[in-house]
Amino acid sequence: MLELKGICKTFNAGTINEKRALSGLDLTLEDGDFVTVIGGNGAGKSTMLNAIAGTFPVDAGKVILDGEDITKLTEHKRAKYLGRVFQDPMMGTAPTMQIEENLALAARRGQRRGLGWGITEKEREQYRQALAGLGLGLENRLTSKVGLLSGGQRQALTLLMATIRKPKLLLLDEHTAALDPKTAAKVLELSEEIIARDHLTTMMITHNMRDAIKHGNRLIMMNDGHVILDIRGEEKSKLTVADLLAKFSAVSGSEEADDKLLLS
Amino acid sequence: MSALLNALPGAISQGMIWGLMAIGVFITFRILNSSDLTVDGSLATGGAVCIMMIRSGINPWVALAAAFGAGLLAGLVTGVLHTKCGIPAILAGILTQLSLYSINLRIMESKANQPVSIDKYDLLVSSRNAGSVSFQNPIVLLLIASIVIIGILYWFFGTEKGASIRATGANAAMARAQGINTAGNTILGFMLANGIVAVSGALLAQYQGSADINMGRGAIVIGLAAVIIGEVLFGKIFKNFALTLLAVVIGAVIYYIVLQAVLMMGLNTNDLKLITAVIVAVFLTIPYIKGKHPGKRAVKGGNGNA
Repeated sequence: MLELKGICKTFNAGTINEKRALSGLDLTLEDGDFVTVIGGNGAGKSTMLNAIAGTFPVDAGKVILDGEDITKLTEHKRAKYLGRVFQDPMMGTAPTMQIEENLALAARRGQRRGLGWGITEKEREQYRQALAGLGLGLENRLTSKVGLLSGGQRQALTLLMATIRKPKLLLLDEHTAALDPKTAAKVLELSEEIIARDHLTTMMITHNMRDAIKHGNRLIMMNDGHVILDIRGEEKSKLTVADLLAKFSAVSGSEEADDKLLLS
Repeated sequence: MSALLNALPGAISQGMIWGLMAIGVFITFRILNSSDLTVDGSLATGGAVCIMMIRSGINPWVALAAAFGAGLLAGLVTGVLHTKCGIPAILAGILTQLSLYSINLRIMESKANQPVSIDKYDLLVSSRNAGSVSFQNPIVLLLIASIVIIGILYWFFGTEKGASIRATGANAAMARAQGINTAGNTILGFMLANGIVAVSGALLAQYQGSADINMGRGAIVIGLAAVIIGEVLFGKIFKNFALTLLAVVIGAVIYYIVLQAVLMMGLNTNDLKLITAVIVAVFLTIPYIKGKHPGKRAVKGGNGNA
Protein backbone atom coordinates (compact mmCIF):
# COMPACT_ATOMS: atom_id res chain seq x y z
CA MET A 1 0.00 0.00 0.00
CA LEU A 2 2.47 2.60 1.20
CA GLU A 3 6.21 2.12 1.15
CA LEU A 4 8.70 4.55 2.59
CA LYS A 5 12.22 3.60 1.59
CA GLY A 6 15.21 5.24 3.23
CA ILE A 7 13.64 8.68 3.55
CA CYS A 8 16.06 11.38 4.72
CA LYS A 9 15.25 14.97 5.41
CA THR A 10 17.43 17.62 7.00
CA PHE A 11 16.10 21.10 7.60
CA ASN A 12 18.37 24.14 7.37
CA ALA A 13 21.27 22.03 6.20
CA GLY A 14 24.65 23.66 6.68
CA THR A 15 23.42 26.24 9.15
CA ILE A 16 23.58 26.43 12.91
CA ASN A 17 19.89 25.44 12.97
CA GLU A 18 20.53 22.23 11.07
CA LYS A 19 17.98 19.62 12.10
CA ARG A 20 18.03 16.06 10.89
CA ALA A 21 14.34 15.23 11.00
CA LEU A 22 14.28 11.92 9.14
CA SER A 23 17.26 9.62 8.88
CA GLY A 24 16.72 6.61 6.67
CA LEU A 25 13.09 6.06 7.49
CA ASP A 26 11.69 2.74 6.28
CA LEU A 27 8.06 1.80 6.71
CA THR A 28 5.56 -0.37 4.87
CA LEU A 29 1.81 -0.12 5.35
CA GLU A 30 -0.61 -2.85 4.39
CA ASP A 31 -3.95 -2.13 2.82
CA GLY A 32 -6.41 -1.21 5.56
CA ASP A 33 -3.77 -0.61 8.22
CA PHE A 34 -4.74 1.91 10.88
CA VAL A 35 -1.41 2.93 12.34
CA THR A 36 -1.03 5.13 15.38
CA VAL A 37 2.25 7.01 15.60
CA ILE A 38 3.87 8.10 18.85
CA GLY A 39 7.22 9.61 19.78
CA GLY A 40 8.74 12.59 21.55
CA ASN A 41 8.92 16.08 20.14
CA GLY A 42 11.32 16.22 17.23
CA ALA A 43 11.12 12.48 16.63
CA GLY A 44 10.08 13.13 13.04
CA LYS A 45 6.40 12.17 13.20
CA SER A 46 4.98 15.25 11.48
CA THR A 47 7.95 15.38 9.11
CA MET A 48 7.13 11.83 8.03
CA LEU A 49 3.51 12.77 7.29
CA ASN A 50 4.61 15.91 5.45
CA ALA A 51 7.13 13.90 3.43
CA ILE A 52 4.31 11.62 2.36
CA ALA A 53 2.09 14.60 1.56
CA GLY A 54 4.86 16.35 -0.37
CA THR A 55 4.95 19.56 1.65
CA PHE A 56 8.70 19.65 0.93
CA PRO A 57 11.04 17.60 -1.28
CA VAL A 58 12.91 14.83 0.57
CA ASP A 59 16.72 14.64 0.45
CA ALA A 60 16.82 10.92 -0.25
CA GLY A 61 14.55 7.92 -0.41
CA LYS A 62 11.33 7.00 -2.11
CA VAL A 63 7.63 7.33 -1.33
CA ILE A 64 5.66 4.62 -3.09
CA LEU A 65 1.89 4.60 -2.88
CA ASP A 66 -0.04 1.69 -4.33
CA GLY A 67 2.90 0.80 -6.56
CA GLU A 68 3.30 4.34 -7.89
CA ASP A 69 6.45 6.28 -7.08
CA ILE A 70 5.11 9.67 -5.92
CA THR A 71 8.42 11.01 -4.57
CA LYS A 72 8.71 13.66 -7.28
CA LEU A 73 5.04 14.60 -7.44
CA THR A 74 4.09 18.10 -6.25
CA GLU A 75 1.96 18.47 -3.15
CA HIS A 76 -1.22 19.36 -5.01
CA LYS A 77 -0.85 16.43 -7.40
CA ARG A 78 -0.43 13.93 -4.57
CA ALA A 79 -3.48 15.35 -2.86
CA LYS A 80 -5.54 13.20 -5.21
CA TYR A 81 -4.59 10.15 -3.14
CA LEU A 82 -4.44 11.68 0.32
CA GLY A 83 -6.83 12.93 2.94
CA ARG A 84 -5.20 15.20 5.50
CA VAL A 85 -6.24 16.67 8.83
CA PHE A 86 -3.84 18.99 10.61
CA GLN A 87 -3.14 19.79 14.24
CA ASP A 88 -4.18 23.41 13.81
CA PRO A 89 -7.96 23.61 13.28
CA MET A 90 -7.37 26.80 11.24
CA MET A 91 -5.25 24.98 8.70
CA GLY A 92 -7.66 22.56 7.10
CA THR A 93 -10.43 24.88 5.97
CA ALA A 94 -10.91 28.18 4.15
CA PRO A 95 -12.40 30.45 6.87
CA THR A 96 -13.89 33.06 4.54
CA MET A 97 -15.72 30.48 2.44
CA GLN A 98 -18.99 28.74 3.23
CA ILE A 99 -19.23 25.24 4.69
CA GLU A 100 -20.69 23.90 1.45
CA GLU A 101 -18.02 25.65 -0.62
CA ASN A 102 -15.30 24.03 1.46
CA LEU A 103 -16.89 20.63 0.98
CA ALA A 104 -17.27 21.24 -2.76
CA LEU A 105 -13.57 22.10 -2.99
CA ALA A 106 -12.72 18.86 -1.22
CA ALA A 107 -15.13 16.81 -3.33
CA ARG A 108 -13.17 17.87 -6.42
CA ARG A 109 -9.81 16.81 -5.04
CA GLY A 110 -7.77 15.26 -7.82
CA GLN A 111 -10.21 16.30 -10.51
CA ARG A 112 -9.89 18.95 -13.17
CA ARG A 113 -11.47 22.19 -12.03
CA GLY A 114 -13.19 23.78 -14.96
CA LEU A 115 -15.81 26.41 -15.61
CA GLY A 116 -18.72 24.37 -14.37
CA TRP A 117 -20.58 25.81 -11.38
CA GLY A 118 -18.58 25.28 -8.20
CA ILE A 119 -21.37 23.47 -6.38
CA THR A 120 -24.50 21.72 -7.61
CA GLU A 121 -27.91 21.27 -6.03
CA LYS A 122 -27.42 17.51 -5.92
CA GLU A 123 -24.16 17.92 -4.01
CA ARG A 124 -25.87 20.15 -1.46
CA GLU A 125 -28.16 17.29 -0.48
CA GLN A 126 -25.20 14.92 -0.16
CA TYR A 127 -23.34 17.41 2.00
CA ARG A 128 -26.37 17.93 4.18
CA GLN A 129 -26.53 14.22 4.85
CA ALA A 130 -22.81 13.87 5.39
CA LEU A 131 -22.83 16.79 7.84
CA ALA A 132 -25.81 15.33 9.67
CA GLY A 133 -23.65 12.27 10.25
CA LEU A 134 -21.28 14.39 12.31
CA GLY A 135 -24.04 15.13 14.78
CA LEU A 136 -22.97 18.75 15.26
CA GLY A 137 -25.96 20.47 13.69
CA LEU A 138 -23.87 21.72 10.78
CA GLU A 139 -26.35 20.32 8.26
CA ASN A 140 -28.51 23.40 8.79
CA ARG A 141 -25.61 25.82 8.32
CA LEU A 142 -24.43 24.95 4.82
CA THR A 143 -23.98 28.58 3.84
CA SER A 144 -22.29 29.74 7.06
CA LYS A 145 -18.72 30.90 6.77
CA VAL A 146 -16.34 28.32 8.25
CA GLY A 147 -14.61 31.10 10.19
CA LEU A 148 -17.67 31.19 12.46
CA LEU A 149 -17.23 27.57 13.57
CA SER A 150 -15.50 26.38 16.74
CA GLY A 151 -12.21 24.52 16.58
CA GLY A 152 -13.90 21.17 17.13
CA GLN A 153 -16.50 21.83 14.45
CA ARG A 154 -13.75 22.83 12.06
CA GLN A 155 -11.76 19.68 12.74
CA ALA A 156 -14.85 17.55 12.21
CA LEU A 157 -15.48 19.40 8.95
CA THR A 158 -11.84 18.96 7.89
CA LEU A 159 -12.16 15.26 8.63
CA LEU A 160 -15.24 15.10 6.46
CA MET A 161 -13.44 17.02 3.71
CA ALA A 162 -10.47 14.66 3.91
CA THR A 163 -12.69 11.62 3.44
CA ILE A 164 -15.56 12.89 1.27
CA ARG A 165 -13.62 11.63 -1.73
CA LYS A 166 -12.22 8.33 -0.49
CA PRO A 167 -8.46 8.76 -0.11
CA LYS A 168 -5.96 5.93 -0.55
CA LEU A 169 -4.33 7.10 2.64
CA LEU A 170 -5.66 9.24 5.47
CA LEU A 171 -3.08 11.31 7.36
CA LEU A 172 -4.12 12.61 10.78
CA ASP A 173 -1.45 14.87 12.26
CA GLU A 174 -2.35 15.19 15.96
CA HIS A 175 -5.73 16.33 14.79
CA THR A 176 -7.26 16.37 18.27
CA ALA A 177 -4.32 17.93 20.14
CA ALA A 178 -5.66 21.50 19.99
CA LEU A 179 -9.15 20.59 21.21
CA ASP A 180 -10.60 20.39 24.70
CA PRO A 181 -10.80 16.81 26.05
CA LYS A 182 -14.51 16.36 25.38
CA THR A 183 -14.34 17.69 21.83
CA ALA A 184 -11.15 15.73 21.20
CA ALA A 185 -12.91 12.52 22.21
CA LYS A 186 -15.82 13.33 19.92
CA VAL A 187 -13.58 14.05 16.91
CA LEU A 188 -11.58 10.90 17.59
CA GLU A 189 -14.77 8.87 17.76
CA LEU A 190 -15.87 10.32 14.43
CA SER A 191 -12.49 9.50 12.92
CA GLU A 192 -12.77 5.91 14.12
CA GLU A 193 -16.28 5.64 12.65
CA ILE A 194 -15.32 6.99 9.23
CA ILE A 195 -12.13 4.92 9.04
CA ALA A 196 -14.03 1.73 9.90
CA ARG A 197 -16.92 2.53 7.55
CA ASP A 198 -14.74 3.27 4.51
CA HIS A 199 -11.91 0.83 5.38
CA LEU A 200 -9.39 3.65 5.12
CA THR A 201 -5.67 3.03 5.40
CA THR A 202 -4.73 5.57 8.07
CA MET A 203 -1.77 7.05 9.90
CA MET A 204 -2.62 8.95 13.06
CA ILE A 205 -0.07 10.85 15.10
CA THR A 206 -1.01 11.29 18.73
CA HIS A 207 0.63 12.28 21.97
CA ASN A 208 -1.95 10.44 23.98
CA MET A 209 -0.63 6.93 24.59
CA ARG A 210 -4.00 5.60 25.65
CA ASP A 211 -5.47 6.71 22.33
CA ALA A 212 -2.51 5.22 20.51
CA ILE A 213 -3.16 1.86 22.17
CA LYS A 214 -6.92 1.97 21.92
CA HIS A 215 -7.19 2.87 18.24
CA GLY A 216 -5.90 1.11 15.17
CA ASN A 217 -4.39 -2.27 14.47
CA ARG A 218 -0.79 -1.19 14.57
CA LEU A 219 1.37 1.17 16.60
CA ILE A 220 4.74 2.61 15.70
CA MET A 221 7.07 4.63 17.88
CA MET A 222 9.55 7.03 16.34
CA ASN A 223 12.78 8.44 17.65
CA ASP A 224 15.54 10.44 15.94
CA GLY A 225 13.92 10.27 12.56
CA HIS A 226 13.16 6.60 12.24
CA VAL A 227 10.86 3.88 13.51
CA ILE A 228 12.12 2.24 16.70
CA LEU A 229 9.10 0.14 17.55
CA ASP A 230 6.44 -1.50 15.44
CA ILE A 231 3.73 -3.49 17.18
CA ARG A 232 0.66 -4.94 15.56
CA GLY A 233 -2.36 -7.15 15.95
CA GLU A 234 -2.60 -9.39 18.97
CA GLU A 235 0.46 -7.98 20.63
CA LYS A 236 -0.82 -4.42 20.27
CA SER A 237 -4.17 -5.16 21.84
CA LYS A 238 -2.42 -6.31 25.00
CA LEU A 239 -0.25 -3.20 25.30
CA THR A 240 -0.39 -0.92 28.33
CA VAL A 241 0.96 2.57 28.79
CA ALA A 242 3.56 1.20 31.20
CA ASP A 243 4.70 -1.31 28.57
CA LEU A 244 5.12 1.47 26.06
CA LEU A 245 7.19 3.59 28.40
CA ALA A 246 9.38 0.63 29.26
CA LYS A 247 9.84 -0.25 25.62
CA PHE A 248 10.65 3.30 24.76
CA SER A 249 13.41 3.48 27.36
CA ALA A 250 14.77 0.10 26.30
CA VAL A 251 14.86 0.82 22.59
CA SER A 252 16.03 4.38 22.75
CA GLY A 253 18.43 3.57 25.57
CA SER A 254 17.61 6.70 27.47
CA GLU A 255 16.12 7.11 30.91
CA GLU A 256 15.10 10.69 30.26
CA ALA A 257 13.05 9.47 27.36
CA ASP A 258 10.21 8.58 29.70
CA ASP A 259 9.72 12.15 30.73
CA LYS A 260 10.26 13.45 27.25
CA LEU A 261 7.56 11.22 25.90
CA LEU A 262 5.16 11.81 28.73
CA LEU A 263 5.51 15.54 28.89
CA SER A 264 5.57 16.28 25.22
CA MET B 1 -22.78 74.34 -5.13
CA SER B 2 -23.93 74.62 -8.73
CA ALA B 3 -20.30 74.38 -9.80
CA LEU B 4 -20.10 71.06 -8.01
CA LEU B 5 -23.29 69.87 -9.69
CA ASN B 6 -21.82 70.81 -13.05
CA ALA B 7 -18.71 68.84 -12.27
CA LEU B 8 -20.68 65.89 -10.98
CA PRO B 9 -21.13 63.95 -14.27
CA GLY B 10 -17.41 64.17 -14.94
CA ALA B 11 -16.57 63.01 -11.44
CA ILE B 12 -19.00 60.10 -11.76
CA SER B 13 -17.55 59.05 -15.12
CA GLN B 14 -14.00 59.16 -13.85
CA GLY B 15 -15.02 57.40 -10.68
CA MET B 16 -16.61 54.60 -12.68
CA ILE B 17 -13.48 54.14 -14.81
CA TRP B 18 -11.37 53.98 -11.66
CA GLY B 19 -14.00 51.68 -10.18
CA LEU B 20 -13.15 49.07 -12.81
CA MET B 21 -9.51 49.50 -11.90
CA ALA B 22 -10.41 49.06 -8.23
CA ILE B 23 -12.15 45.76 -9.06
CA GLY B 24 -8.76 44.57 -10.31
CA VAL B 25 -7.18 45.68 -7.04
CA PHE B 26 -9.97 43.91 -5.14
CA ILE B 27 -9.09 40.63 -6.86
CA THR B 28 -5.48 40.67 -5.68
CA PHE B 29 -5.96 42.47 -2.36
CA ARG B 30 -9.09 40.76 -1.08
CA ILE B 31 -9.54 37.54 -3.03
CA LEU B 32 -5.91 36.50 -3.36
CA ASN B 33 -5.04 38.21 -0.07
CA SER B 34 -1.93 39.61 -1.70
CA SER B 35 -0.63 43.00 -2.79
CA ASP B 36 0.03 43.69 -6.43
CA LEU B 37 1.81 46.94 -7.31
CA THR B 38 1.94 46.01 -11.00
CA VAL B 39 -1.24 48.01 -11.48
CA ASP B 40 0.56 51.37 -11.48
CA GLY B 41 2.30 50.18 -14.64
CA SER B 42 -0.40 48.06 -16.23
CA LEU B 43 -2.94 50.90 -16.08
CA ALA B 44 -0.64 53.01 -18.27
CA THR B 45 0.11 49.99 -20.46
CA GLY B 46 -3.59 49.57 -21.12
CA GLY B 47 -3.89 53.25 -22.00
CA ALA B 48 -0.78 53.21 -24.21
CA VAL B 49 -1.73 50.09 -26.15
CA CYS B 50 -5.27 51.28 -26.72
CA ILE B 51 -4.40 54.83 -27.78
CA MET B 52 -1.59 53.81 -30.12
CA MET B 53 -3.86 51.29 -31.80
CA ILE B 54 -6.70 53.78 -32.17
CA ARG B 55 -4.25 56.31 -33.62
CA SER B 56 -3.24 53.77 -36.23
CA GLY B 57 -6.86 53.43 -37.25
CA ILE B 58 -7.86 50.27 -35.43
CA ASN B 59 -11.38 49.89 -34.06
CA PRO B 60 -11.57 51.11 -30.43
CA TRP B 61 -13.20 47.87 -29.28
CA VAL B 62 -10.37 45.85 -30.76
CA ALA B 63 -7.92 48.24 -29.14
CA LEU B 64 -9.71 47.74 -25.83
CA ALA B 65 -9.41 43.97 -26.16
CA ALA B 66 -5.71 44.34 -26.96
CA ALA B 67 -5.27 46.45 -23.83
CA PHE B 68 -6.88 43.65 -21.84
CA GLY B 69 -4.41 41.20 -23.38
CA ALA B 70 -1.47 43.44 -22.51
CA GLY B 71 -2.72 43.60 -18.92
CA LEU B 72 -2.94 39.80 -18.78
CA LEU B 73 0.70 39.61 -19.85
CA ALA B 74 1.79 42.13 -17.21
CA GLY B 75 -0.01 40.05 -14.56
CA LEU B 76 1.59 36.90 -15.92
CA VAL B 77 5.07 38.37 -15.44
CA THR B 78 4.36 39.41 -11.85
CA GLY B 79 2.68 36.09 -11.10
CA VAL B 80 5.60 34.07 -12.43
CA LEU B 81 8.15 36.25 -10.61
CA HIS B 82 6.20 35.73 -7.40
CA THR B 83 5.29 32.04 -7.55
CA LYS B 84 8.04 30.50 -9.69
CA CYS B 85 10.98 32.73 -8.75
CA GLY B 86 10.08 33.09 -5.08
CA ILE B 87 10.06 36.89 -5.09
CA PRO B 88 7.66 38.42 -2.52
CA ALA B 89 4.48 39.64 -4.20
CA ILE B 90 5.06 43.32 -3.46
CA LEU B 91 8.59 43.28 -4.86
CA ALA B 92 7.55 41.23 -7.89
CA GLY B 93 4.91 43.87 -8.61
CA ILE B 94 7.40 46.70 -8.22
CA LEU B 95 9.82 45.00 -10.64
CA THR B 96 7.12 44.56 -13.27
CA GLN B 97 5.84 48.08 -12.73
CA LEU B 98 9.31 49.53 -13.17
CA SER B 99 9.99 47.56 -16.33
CA LEU B 100 6.60 48.57 -17.68
CA TYR B 101 7.68 52.21 -17.54
CA SER B 102 10.28 51.46 -20.24
CA ILE B 103 7.91 49.23 -22.15
CA ASN B 104 5.13 51.82 -22.06
CA LEU B 105 7.52 54.43 -23.49
CA ARG B 106 8.38 51.99 -26.28
CA ILE B 107 4.69 51.48 -26.99
CA MET B 108 4.16 55.25 -27.03
CA GLU B 109 7.07 55.72 -29.43
CA SER B 110 9.24 57.36 -26.79
CA LYS B 111 6.78 60.14 -26.09
CA ALA B 112 5.52 60.73 -22.56
CA ASN B 113 2.12 61.70 -23.92
CA GLN B 114 0.17 60.60 -26.97
CA PRO B 115 -3.07 62.48 -27.68
CA VAL B 116 -6.15 61.03 -29.29
CA SER B 117 -8.89 63.42 -30.34
CA ILE B 118 -12.60 62.65 -30.24
CA ASP B 119 -12.89 64.79 -33.39
CA LYS B 120 -10.69 62.45 -35.36
CA TYR B 121 -11.45 59.08 -33.85
CA ASP B 122 -14.57 57.28 -32.80
CA LEU B 123 -13.74 56.96 -29.09
CA LEU B 124 -15.82 54.85 -26.71
CA VAL B 125 -15.81 57.46 -23.97
CA SER B 126 -14.78 61.09 -23.85
CA SER B 127 -14.82 63.78 -21.19
CA ARG B 128 -16.22 66.05 -23.92
CA ASN B 129 -19.55 64.27 -23.56
CA ALA B 130 -19.53 64.11 -19.76
CA GLY B 131 -22.28 66.71 -19.49
CA SER B 132 -24.37 65.69 -22.46
CA VAL B 133 -27.83 64.26 -22.07
CA SER B 134 -27.61 61.47 -24.61
CA PHE B 135 -26.31 57.96 -25.13
CA GLN B 136 -22.99 59.63 -25.92
CA ASN B 137 -22.60 60.35 -22.23
CA PRO B 138 -19.74 58.16 -21.00
CA ILE B 139 -21.79 57.15 -17.95
CA VAL B 140 -24.03 55.03 -20.19
CA LEU B 141 -21.26 52.90 -21.61
CA LEU B 142 -19.42 52.75 -18.28
CA LEU B 143 -22.54 51.59 -16.50
CA ILE B 144 -23.01 48.79 -19.00
CA ALA B 145 -19.30 47.89 -18.84
CA SER B 146 -19.41 47.76 -15.04
CA ILE B 147 -22.48 45.54 -15.01
CA VAL B 148 -21.02 43.20 -17.64
CA ILE B 149 -17.64 42.91 -15.88
CA ILE B 150 -19.24 42.38 -12.46
CA GLY B 151 -21.56 39.79 -14.00
CA ILE B 152 -18.71 37.89 -15.63
CA LEU B 153 -16.64 37.95 -12.41
CA TYR B 154 -19.64 36.84 -10.35
CA TRP B 155 -20.03 33.87 -12.67
CA PHE B 156 -16.31 33.12 -12.85
CA PHE B 157 -15.67 33.15 -9.10
CA GLY B 158 -18.65 30.84 -8.66
CA THR B 159 -17.16 28.21 -10.96
CA GLU B 160 -14.88 25.38 -9.87
CA LYS B 161 -11.89 27.29 -11.23
CA GLY B 162 -12.93 30.54 -9.55
CA ALA B 163 -13.57 28.79 -6.26
CA SER B 164 -10.08 27.32 -6.36
CA ILE B 165 -8.63 30.84 -6.78
CA ARG B 166 -10.64 32.00 -3.76
CA ALA B 167 -9.45 29.00 -1.76
CA THR B 168 -5.85 29.82 -2.74
CA GLY B 169 -6.25 33.29 -1.25
CA ALA B 170 -8.18 32.14 1.80
CA ASN B 171 -5.87 29.31 2.87
CA ALA B 172 -3.10 28.17 0.55
CA ALA B 173 -2.09 25.17 2.68
CA MET B 174 -5.64 23.88 2.67
CA ALA B 175 -5.94 24.53 -1.06
CA ARG B 176 -2.87 22.42 -1.81
CA ALA B 177 -4.12 19.66 0.48
CA GLN B 178 -7.28 19.64 -1.63
CA GLY B 179 -5.27 19.26 -4.82
CA ILE B 180 -5.38 22.90 -5.92
CA ASN B 181 -2.38 24.25 -7.81
CA THR B 182 -1.90 27.41 -5.75
CA ALA B 183 0.93 28.79 -7.89
CA GLY B 184 -1.09 28.48 -11.08
CA ASN B 185 -4.15 30.02 -9.47
CA THR B 186 -2.17 32.94 -8.08
CA ILE B 187 -0.77 33.65 -11.54
CA LEU B 188 -4.24 33.43 -13.04
CA GLY B 189 -5.60 35.84 -10.42
CA PHE B 190 -2.81 38.35 -11.07
CA MET B 191 -3.44 38.10 -14.81
CA LEU B 192 -7.16 38.65 -14.47
CA ALA B 193 -6.65 41.60 -12.12
CA ASN B 194 -4.17 43.34 -14.40
CA GLY B 195 -6.26 42.63 -17.47
CA ILE B 196 -9.15 44.51 -15.87
CA VAL B 197 -6.82 47.30 -14.74
CA ALA B 198 -5.51 47.68 -18.29
CA VAL B 199 -9.07 47.91 -19.63
CA SER B 200 -9.66 50.66 -17.09
CA GLY B 201 -6.48 52.38 -18.31
CA ALA B 202 -7.65 52.11 -21.91
CA LEU B 203 -10.97 53.74 -21.04
CA LEU B 204 -9.28 56.40 -18.92
CA ALA B 205 -6.90 57.37 -21.75
CA GLN B 206 -9.81 57.70 -24.18
CA TYR B 207 -11.80 59.66 -21.63
CA GLN B 208 -9.06 62.19 -20.99
CA GLY B 209 -8.02 62.28 -24.66
CA SER B 210 -4.48 61.00 -24.27
CA ALA B 211 -2.30 58.22 -23.00
CA ASP B 212 0.23 59.47 -20.48
CA ILE B 213 3.28 57.69 -19.16
CA ASN B 214 2.41 58.84 -15.62
CA MET B 215 -1.30 58.12 -15.70
CA GLY B 216 -0.93 55.09 -13.43
CA ARG B 217 1.14 56.70 -10.74
CA GLY B 218 -0.45 55.96 -7.38
CA ALA B 219 -3.20 53.90 -8.99
CA ILE B 220 -2.85 51.16 -6.38
CA VAL B 221 -3.65 53.66 -3.62
CA ILE B 222 -6.72 54.98 -5.42
CA GLY B 223 -7.83 51.40 -6.00
CA LEU B 224 -7.37 50.57 -2.33
CA ALA B 225 -9.25 53.72 -1.35
CA ALA B 226 -12.19 52.63 -3.50
CA VAL B 227 -12.13 49.09 -2.08
CA ILE B 228 -12.03 50.40 1.48
CA ILE B 229 -14.66 53.11 1.02
CA GLY B 230 -16.92 50.47 -0.51
CA GLU B 231 -16.36 48.11 2.40
CA VAL B 232 -16.80 50.73 5.09
CA LEU B 233 -20.05 52.04 3.62
CA PHE B 234 -21.62 48.85 2.29
CA GLY B 235 -19.79 45.99 4.00
CA LYS B 236 -22.65 45.40 6.43
CA ILE B 237 -25.45 45.36 3.86
CA PHE B 238 -23.81 44.00 0.68
CA LYS B 239 -23.03 40.36 1.43
CA ASN B 240 -23.45 38.96 -2.05
CA PHE B 241 -20.25 38.78 -4.10
CA ALA B 242 -21.65 40.78 -7.02
CA LEU B 243 -22.82 43.49 -4.62
CA THR B 244 -19.39 43.52 -2.99
CA LEU B 245 -17.88 44.31 -6.39
CA LEU B 246 -20.56 46.93 -6.99
CA ALA B 247 -19.61 48.51 -3.66
CA VAL B 248 -16.04 48.84 -4.96
CA VAL B 249 -17.23 50.76 -8.02
CA ILE B 250 -19.48 52.96 -5.90
CA GLY B 251 -16.53 53.49 -3.58
CA ALA B 252 -14.48 54.83 -6.48
CA VAL B 253 -17.31 57.13 -7.58
CA ILE B 254 -17.66 58.50 -4.07
CA TYR B 255 -13.92 59.01 -3.93
CA TYR B 256 -14.03 61.13 -7.09
CA ILE B 257 -17.02 63.15 -5.96
CA VAL B 258 -15.35 63.94 -2.65
CA LEU B 259 -12.17 64.76 -4.53
CA GLN B 260 -14.06 67.14 -6.78
CA ALA B 261 -15.63 68.80 -3.75
CA VAL B 262 -12.38 69.36 -1.89
CA LEU B 263 -10.76 70.69 -5.05
CA MET B 264 -13.54 73.21 -5.35
CA MET B 265 -13.00 74.25 -1.80
CA GLY B 266 -9.69 75.55 -3.05
CA LEU B 267 -7.37 72.69 -2.36
CA ASN B 268 -4.20 72.36 -4.36
CA THR B 269 -4.23 69.56 -6.96
CA ASN B 270 -0.67 68.70 -6.03
CA ASP B 271 -1.79 67.71 -2.54
CA LEU B 272 -4.20 65.08 -3.80
CA LYS B 273 -1.87 62.11 -3.59
CA LEU B 274 -0.96 62.98 -0.02
CA ILE B 275 -4.60 63.27 0.97
CA THR B 276 -5.49 59.98 -0.74
CA ALA B 277 -2.63 58.17 0.96
CA VAL B 278 -3.66 59.55 4.36
CA ILE B 279 -7.29 58.47 3.82
CA VAL B 280 -6.22 54.94 2.89
CA ALA B 281 -3.80 54.72 5.82
CA VAL B 282 -6.52 55.83 8.24
CA PHE B 283 -9.11 53.37 6.94
CA LEU B 284 -6.64 50.50 7.00
CA THR B 285 -5.72 51.42 10.57
CA ILE B 286 -9.24 51.52 11.98
CA PRO B 287 -10.01 47.78 11.70
CA TYR B 288 -6.55 46.98 13.07
CA ILE B 289 -6.97 49.20 16.12
CA LYS B 290 -10.49 47.89 16.69
CA GLY B 291 -9.14 44.35 16.60
CA LYS B 292 -6.66 45.15 19.36
CA HIS B 293 -9.27 46.44 21.76
CA PRO B 294 -10.72 43.85 24.09
CA GLY B 295 -14.38 43.13 23.54
CA LYS B 296 -14.37 44.38 19.99
CA ARG B 297 -13.56 41.79 17.42
CA ALA B 298 -12.45 42.95 14.03
CA VAL B 299 -13.82 41.02 11.12
CA LYS B 300 -10.63 39.54 9.78
CA GLY B 301 -10.15 40.01 6.10
CA GLY B 302 -13.30 42.07 5.72
CA ASN B 303 -15.39 40.77 2.87
CA GLY B 304 -12.48 38.98 1.32
CA ASN B 305 -13.37 35.81 -0.56
CA ALA B 306 -16.99 36.58 0.06
